[in-house]
Amino acid sequence: MEIMNETLENISEMLDTKKISSVELVNESLKSIEATKDLNILHEVCRDNALEMAKDIDAKRANGEKLSKLAGIPIVIKDNISMVGTYTTCSSKFLENYKSPYNATVVDKLLQAGAIIVGKANMDEFAMGSSSENCAFGVVHNPRNPEYVPGGSSGGSASAVAANQCFGSLGTDTGGSIRQPSSFCGVVGLKPTYGLVSRYGVVAFASSLDQVGPITKTVRDNAIMLEAIAGYDNNEFTSAKHDKESYYKDSFKNSIKGLKIGYAKEFFESLNNQDVIKSMENAMNFFKENGAEIVDIELPHIKDALAVYYVLSSAEAASNLARFDGIKYGVAAKEYNDLIDFYFKSRTQGFGSEVKRRIMLGNFVLSSGYFDAYYNKAKAVQNLIITEFSNAFKNCDVILSPTTPTSAFKIGEKVNNPLEMYLNDIFTVPVNIATLPAISVPCGIAQNGMPLGMQLIGNRFSESTLFNVADYYERNCFSFREVK
Amino acid sequence: MEYDVVIGLEVHSELKTKSKVFCSCKNEFGGEPNTHCCPVCIGLPGALPIPNKEAVKMTIKAGLAVGSQINDIAIFERKNYFYPDLAKAYQISQAVRPICIGGGVEIEDKNGHKKYIRLNRIHLEEDAGKLIHNSKIGGTMVDYNRGGVPLIEIVSEADMSSAEEAVAYLSKLRNILQYIEVSDCKMEQGSLRCDVNISLKPKGSEKLGVRAEMKNLNSFRSVTRAIEYEIKRQSRLLDEGEEVIQETRRWDDARNRSFSMRRKEDAQDYRYFPDPDLLPFKIERSLVEEVKRTMPKLREEKINDYVNDLGLSEYDASVLTNDLNLVKYFEKVISYFNKPKFVCNFILTTLLKKVKEDEENDDLVIPIEPQNFANLLQMYESGQISQAICRELFDEIWTTNEDCLKIVKERNLVQNNNEDEIKEMLKVLIEEFPQSVQDYKAGNTKALSFFIGQLMKKTQGKANAQIASKLIKEMLD
Repeated sequence: MEIMNETLENISEMLDTKKISSVELVNESLKSIEATKDLNILHEVCRDNALEMAKDIDAKRANGEKLSKLAGIPIVIKDNISMVGTYTTCSSKFLENYKSPYNATVVDKLLQAGAIIVGKANMDEFAMGSSSENCAFGVVHNPRNPEYVPGGSSGGSASAVAANQCFGSLGTDTGGSIRQPSSFCGVVGLKPTYGLVSRYGVVAFASSLDQVGPITKTVRDNAIMLEAIAGYDNNEFTSAKHDKESYYKDSFKNSIKGLKIGYAKEFFESLNNQDVIKSMENAMNFFKENGAEIVDIELPHIKDALAVYYVLSSAEAASNLARFDGIKYGVAAKEYNDLIDFYFKSRTQGFGSEVKRRIMLGNFVLSSGYFDAYYNKAKAVQNLIITEFSNAFKNCDVILSPTTPTSAFKIGEKVNNPLEMYLNDIFTVPVNIATLPAISVPCGIAQNGMPLGMQLIGNRFSESTLFNVADYYERNCFSFREVK
Repeated sequence: MEYDVVIGLEVHSELKTKSKVFCSCKNEFGGEPNTHCCPVCIGLPGALPIPNKEAVKMTIKAGLAVGSQINDIAIFERKNYFYPDLAKAYQISQAVRPICIGGGVEIEDKNGHKKYIRLNRIHLEEDAGKLIHNSKIGGTMVDYNRGGVPLIEIVSEADMSSAEEAVAYLSKLRNILQYIEVSDCKMEQGSLRCDVNISLKPKGSEKLGVRAEMKNLNSFRSVTRAIEYEIKRQSRLLDEGEEVIQETRRWDDARNRSFSMRRKEDAQDYRYFPDPDLLPFKIERSLVEEVKRTMPKLREEKINDYVNDLGLSEYDASVLTNDLNLVKYFEKVISYFNKPKFVCNFILTTLLKKVKEDEENDDLVIPIEPQNFANLLQMYESGQISQAICRELFDEIWTTNEDCLKIVKERNLVQNNNEDEIKEMLKVLIEEFPQSVQDYKAGNTKALSFFIGQLMKKTQGKANAQIASKLIKEMLD
């Protein structure tokens, strides 16, 4: 299973030069999955299908066909992404037996690129949570230390990469759900610009904030994956008509000379975790020493982003999750008095408590009499935040912040305190509110032995800039290889 | 006490686009249950809507036809409520920024008095599926074929004051929507539906009374009856000093009365908010201009054409153009048999009478194929068949739609136009009924019809009545 330590980039090279076959690789991946199954990372392993596809790719390669960089490589996807032939449960009891009859666009794109989807990863139910403890099929354990949470909601996706079950995974990020677990697990996670990657077939949590993105060991691996899944989708009205970019080929300049890195005190003044403070100081020194300039910027309203987020995301979620009524699929109450009772019981039985909390919150802020005070107010503040970021990017290329206020915490530690749990996303949420891209890369090890993450935020569609800066940092300062 | 009646209508009309409003499924009435469905219109997890441009255009067209303003930016919103026919548990609709604002239509009563009914708005939304109660399995099933069919809601101001005005307004709207070809407006199939808001206030009073909303009005007749019923119900309450409660009532056509569905305090909070999957969309002026250019002729223009080009009378043209189905039928018939005045006469007298025998036939369904009907009229006009035979055949093919040429041939119904033969037969009759000859000579002209009647009986209606009348008169005088 040594081979599973490799990066996606190297493995791609090895496949290309026939040092290993895809079938061998998938078998290694399946072995690794079996060896780490106690971490409860995957809900479903697509063994037969994966081997079948690997055979197919090997045959194509033997025929001399030109294949994409992802061809034949084991990949994991989050369990809220629809894929024919698999369950799409969103780690909810409600959808325990739900199989989608159609593929998400990102799945079609991965399959077209020849990627081998080996499993579907556990998550916080319907992507609501920051610890992967809100999972109907058991909590996910952090591969760096199983006593710790892997973060969430894409905890399974980040763990699958950290545990060497695969070479890359897809997560979804509504308020930090890719970056926060990537930070907790010591891997690289990208939340792309809203609209860059298709949401079609991805079970919606908050439609205006959700975005699919890759989780990988290295920044270069991440660029390879983004290239495969990005692009306009005519099945999605909010999809961006952005020209296709060759992220892998064009992003990496191996220099950050003259780069302006924005420093907003709002991201740092509330920090009280010494590990995080230290890692940020180190990062800033590194950037300065290597020719970048640190410029002060102001983002006074990002302190309100979390409040805005819980109003908007809950409102949208309440409406998006209303279709889970037991009539068409999913949990249907067996005994009930009338239609209302049927809805009530089916939803009570099917949803976990965090999901119920968000549905109630969302319906509350949408009710007549409260709509202006909450929803419209939140929308107004969102516009302020968007404007502040866009002004900030007039003076800098990227903005630096910690990904999370602390490193990973222990399983059970925050499960009874939802507000404290929500604070985990305080640095990641503003990015979604402002529809921007951001990447989290490992940047140190905390006292508790758990990895730390650094967030780089870019302007809309500046993914290649983020890749360049993050890659430079990773090659010259700190990388996943230092995380044990 | 005397009351002023205040009525406003919400009219729903299904657009006849090729595909549904947010997916590419067929927009077609009927079909095996759940066969015109996809992940989008049955609201599967992860599926996303894409607005149908054709539906937006048709909504603009409807707006332009009734003088609405077209908004520069329109917003789709979610109307959230639970019901099994609503797959996503929300309906994509429009609240704060519909596509069309304002406008109005002019109606006319029997005495030619005109009245302008203002419109509040026209918005675009999606239809829900249909519940089917299945007694065999003792349960209710859902058919989502209709789910996602584009629907426009046309909301009037409360400018009407009687059932007659409401019906005039509704038929005027239907006429317009049919002419601009955005909807079939078939009440029977539910492609035109109507809710009525109605309240009473003391005659001359400025203050509006409490209103009730009537639902489930599926024909012009039920609109009339429901309004009349509601006026009686509310005035009785007010006369007795009781309160009218703000509520939604369901009209039961079979029992000829309405029932309370839900009261104001039970009214649902629909929690409208902008659909995040459908960003506010810009309606380009160029699109509005394009729709303007493709606007088909409205009724007034048709009437002009018929009077000037086809030589119909103003009155005949006006009756004929009252319904687009009739117009289309008429135009098809004259494409086979180009005698517009003759065809129009027969339609306005015999055919319309037949249509109206069925009170529920609001959609003016004409079961005879236009070509078959044209053949029938041609045979009659050219004297091949008699008027009597023509009428009989018309009644027959109305139910069977069998080829009238074939029937005439098989049963040998061709009219006898031979003067000598008719004369011979009349001679026999004159000998047979001397008393009637006496009657005629004494001045009773009815005796002539008696002879014609006898002649028709003898010939099974095949004798040419016109020739026979002329002859009998000559013979007796």
